[in-house]
Amino acid sequence: MTLLPYLVAGWIFLIGLYGLVTSRNMIHAVGCLSVTQSSTYVLLLAIGYRDGGTAPVYADAPTDARVVDPVVQALTLTDIVVGATVTALLLALIIQLHKRHGTLDPDELSELKG
Amino acid sequence: MNVSRLLPLVIVVPLLGAAVLALAGRRLPRIASDVVSVVFAAFSVALAVTALLGGAHGDPYVVEWLGGWRPGPGGTGVGIVLAADPMSLGLTVLTSLLVLAVLVYSWRYFEEPPRQRSGAFPALILLFQAGMCGFCLTGDLFNSFVFFELMGVVAYALTGFRVEEPRPVQGALTFGIVNSLGGYAMLLGISLLYARTGELGMAQTGRQLDGREPDALVLAAFVLVAGGLLVKAAAVPFHFWLPDAHAVAPTPVCMLLSGVMVELGVFGVARLYWTVFAGPGGVPAEAFTRTLLTLGVLTALLGTVMSWRQRHLKRLLAFSTVSHTGLFLIGVGVLTPEATAGTALYVLAHGGVKAALFACTGILLDRYASVDERELYGRARELPLVGVLFGLAGLALCGLPPFGTSLGKAVAEEAAGHTGHWLTAVFVLVSAVTGGAVLRAGLRVFLGAGPPPEEEEPLTGARVSGDEHPETGSRLRRIPGTMLAVPVVLLTGALAVGLVPQWAAAAGRAAHLFAAHDIYAAAVLDGRAGPPEGAVPAQWNAAGVLLGLLSTALGAGIALLGVRRPLAGFTEKWLGPLRRLQSGHIGDYVAWTTAGLALLAVLAAPGTVAFR
Repeated sequence: MTLLPYLVAGWIFLIGLYGLVTSRNMIHAVGCLSVTQSSTYVLLLAIGYRDGGTAPVYADAPTDARVVDPVVQALTLTDIVVGATVTALLLALIIQLHKRHGTLDPDELSELKG
Repeated sequence: MNVSRLLPLVIVVPLLGAAVLALAGRRLPRIASDVVSVVFAAFSVALAVTALLGGAHGDPYVVEWLGGWRPGPGGTGVGIVLAADPMSLGLTVLTSLLVLAVLVYSWRYFEEPPRQRSGAFPALILLFQAGMCGFCLTGDLFNSFVFFELMGVVAYALTGFRVEEPRPVQGALTFGIVNSLGGYAMLLGISLLYARTGELGMAQTGRQLDGREPDALVLAAFVLVAGGLLVKAAAVPFHFWLPDAHAVAPTPVCMLLSGVMVELGVFGVARLYWTVFAGPGGVPAEAFTRTLLTLGVLTALLGTVMSWRQRHLKRLLAFSTVSHTGLFLIGVGVLTPEATAGTALYVLAHGGVKAALFACTGILLDRYASVDERELYGRARELPLVGVLFGLAGLALCGLPPFGTSLGKAVAEEAAGHTGHWLTAVFVLVSAVTGGAVLRAGLRVFLGAGPPPEEEEPLTGARVSGDEHPETGSRLRRIPGTMLAVPVVLLTGALAVGLVPQWAAAAGRAAHLFAAHDIYAAAVLDGRAGPPEGAVPAQWNAAGVLLGLLSTALGAGIALLGVRRPLAGFTEKWLGPLRRLQSGHIGDYVAWTTAGLALLAVLAAPGTVAFR
């Protein structure tokens, strides 16, 4: 079992968090949130991989062929849908934010303090 | 009639209502879309109550494998299960009742921009209800993640509903980013559990973990999933999104957020522990208790302190919710069925009381276009009924018997006191101070008590002023009957939770079934009903009544002191650094969330991971 995909997933999650914390532009922040989410895709698919396995489609493979886990692929597709919804909503809110505040810099959005 | 067939309907009916309103809303007049939404909400309340009562007469567990995908002969399978025990059915009933109250409250007068789309707001509320009911009822980890995200996305949209104003969009964005991060952390944890056990269902995962020793992977999975749920529950240090979201969300949405959505996070953590991690292969009881008690006490104290000097009424109530979340986490963390029963009663009554308080605040907002305690000083003398409701709700928050909050607090306090007497002191102190803050606000607004605010007050204290736009388009001349009836009914419900003994006994039985690892797995996987006997009924006792009266007296005293403001400068100096932490900056909140995940790992590690 190679460790590399799991390390990559962890790295992507952490780099997305770092981008969120130091972001100076809200569109960049939502992009970092998407990056954080793609770490979940990498982790799920790495968990489902089987050495020497092929795609889990039995149309042209014999029924005893070694295939990768299809459950995690279904989970990843669901996750992509969730991510698309969240990103679309947050970007729509950012458009409104720009219209009302005129700025996208989190350092300048200081109406809700204390 | 098989009650388990009703379970998917409890989730589907609000979804259907949301679809109908989204499609037909723009063609219907306002009154028609209001009626349609209330009809769907009432129908889902009826379904939830039927499921709860049907479960009470026969088998307490109502289990439905969706689509008939039961596990095969070897116990393996990919089916998704809806497993409703009395605790989750009770939460579903609370959710449905609060949604009905919210839809009645926003009847006719709540302005929905833009004018042509009159169905969007009730459609979103019904969708929110579907997400919350699904989260309560599901017995599958990934399914609970999906419902978690569904309720989250709809909550972000509802919080930023008034998009033409600058602050709601900012509050909704902070809410959205922090809670989505929590959701993704939860998914990482679920993936790790799937990698270890090959199962996604809660009961199956718990059973698979039982056969092995806990190790770093199990710890990491627990930290990630519990961390995601604690973000939803607004525990410290994941709580920063909650006051910002409440300050800007429309009043009906605040009623739902504080009344039930945050409590679902606490429920999720408890459900996660008891079904998955409570066996020998999961997190040991001492580690879990240590984690939750630390976070609970921190949350309770921080929420109390921050709620004290808020001038924005909705933010004050939001910090009060944070402090009560801390108390619920303490009740859950003590891990006894009595404490769980007390917490369940406390959650039920607190939902009604907090929603009633937000309803009264919304009336003030619509009449005076402000929720600032300073601006509203003495102006609401002409609304005596609202003032009485506000005062009663504040006393209920302090823990005045016989309100349900007092009963829940008494039972949870006594159970927590077995672990440590200082926990009882925390309960009394926190409820006294948060209730006192609400009472102080009520005294100043409805009675004009204390010295009038100075004209040129420098902006010390909370810098969020409460100048707002009324949610009804223009200021109301006369408070409509629906807006007055809703807080009355909610407070009566909270009173009934404390007075009706059958409900308290039912909570005791529900907690007995809930706080047990093996009963859940047996009911879901083997179809065996749990033992109904052996449940300790939750009831009033003398010590609880006395402590409730003590905390009410303390709260009233603190309110009277706060009205006269003798130590204003002193408290400001000490609260200043804490206030600065609540900075409104998304980067700060994400940094705190990451630190919180690390804190969770540090708290849960000793005992879980054996150091060889």
